[in-house]
Amino acid sequence: MTNHEKGWKEIPIAGVCWKPTTAYKTGDWKTYKPVRDPEKCTRCLMCVIFCPEGAIHWKAKENDIEFDYDFCKGCGICANECPVKAIEMKLE
Amino acid sequence: MESVVKQKVLALNGDEAVAYAVKQSDVDVVSAYPITPQTIIVERFSEYVANGEVDAEFICVESEHSALSACLAASAVGARTFTATASAGLALMHEILYVTSGCRAPVVMAVANRALSAPINIHCDHSDSMVERDCGWIQIYVENSQEAYDSIIQAFRIAENQKIMLPVMVCLDGFTLSHTLENVHVLPDGTVKNFVGTRQFPLVTTHEGKNVPLRLDVENPMTIGPLDLPDYYFEHKRQQEEAMRNAPEIIKQIHEEYARISGRRYGDGLLDSYRLEDAEIAVICLGSTAGTVKTVVDDLRNEGVKAGLLRIRTFRPLPIEGIIKALEKVKAVAVMDRSMSFGGHGGAVFHEVRHALYDAATHPHVVNYVYGLGGRDTSPSQIREIFNDLQKILETGRVKAPVQFVGLRE
Repeated sequence: MTNHEKGWKEIPIAGVCWKPTTAYKTGDWKTYKPVRDPEKCTRCLMCVIFCPEGAIHWKAKENDIEFDYDFCKGCGICANECPVKAIEMKLE
Repeated sequence: MESVVKQKVLALNGDEAVAYAVKQSDVDVVSAYPITPQTIIVERFSEYVANGEVDAEFICVESEHSALSACLAASAVGARTFTATASAGLALMHEILYVTSGCRAPVVMAVANRALSAPINIHCDHSDSMVERDCGWIQIYVENSQEAYDSIIQAFRIAENQKIMLPVMVCLDGFTLSHTLENVHVLPDGTVKNFVGTRQFPLVTTHEGKNVPLRLDVENPMTIGPLDLPDYYFEHKRQQEEAMRNAPEIIKQIHEEYARISGRRYGDGLLDSYRLEDAEIAVICLGSTAGTVKTVVDDLRNEGVKAGLLRIRTFRPLPIEGIIKALEKVKAVAVMDRSMSFGGHGGAVFHEVRHALYDAATHPHVVNYVYGLGGRDTSPSQIREIFNDLQKILETGRVKAPVQFVGLRE
């Protein structure tokens, strides 16, 4: 435990969340991170649909995708589902 | 200082007295599942709802686990809620008892104390509520139906107090109180409504950084009681303990405020004693047994024996300092337990009273009598035997057996 965590008098009662869930960077759980080859990628967005964390964003204007490593837990589903094998799981 | 309000006298059994008090306490939601000997509470209250005598929602459910879950959810959106159960029903609620106290939902529940199976038994003992003493609920044990009525009304105020915010269990002895007709003085509807008031909510800081009342509200979304990992679970439990530590003074204040209106007092609201001031020997018990003990105390006093009674009204929070003070001059104490702690060398009340007295300047002898399991009748002659044992301890200075069973056939 780190020193910056609050004491029992400082937190709301009843287990009420005082931080949004996005304040917890669950991305640091991962061992392997997805890395995409933009040349192979066809922008089919299968990875966006399959990502259980919603951690792959579709950027319409740029016609591209972006991994959000703050929340990607490294499950590898995107790499497994990619029809053109454009995603590789690399050890962090 | 308010004066005592003129009151009606109704012939009510304990369960009916509870239902009547709930009707007057401006509740919004009641969800309960019938189980002997609590059934009458649910029957009467559902009649009040069906007859339009009370502006409350009655939610029918398929089990006690669901009954308390429904109350917890309704309480979380800001409703004043009530439920009632007994025995196996309370055991089935076990998981949600902890969820309710952890979510700081001020649910009020009546428990018509009944033995736990097996063998199956519908009659009174305290096994069902004693086993729940660590679940974070305040526990009030009442002596008669009048006190059941009075305690339910006080319970809403206690539970919803901003410094407490804990659920409250009002325990009444099954059949002995639940099904026995008594004259019960009832306050006028308006008096009770004013006394309980409207529910208040403590402010909490949400994930949006807002300081808002603790209740589910679409305008101010919040998450109550989600996953709590090793980093904060301990802190939340400490908060619940703090609420319990705040409770005794507030329970006393609310009890006193109620006493000024109703003219009825039960000791200081935590402990109720009878002829204890100069007593050398005393019995400690909970619930309706206190009535029997009082008659024996009177008989012994007439014979010149300095006997007394200490009734624990709030077993949670346990009034440790009050117990020490009440027993200051007593030389031998018998604690009566109406439940077993198998292999625990005595019952729960005995354990806790002895624990309290460890810090006292002088220790009386403290012995334990397990009694009345499964509704076994406890007669004045049995209580007298207990006092006789205490006198022998006083004379010889020796305890023969620290834990005994009274009313048991060998």
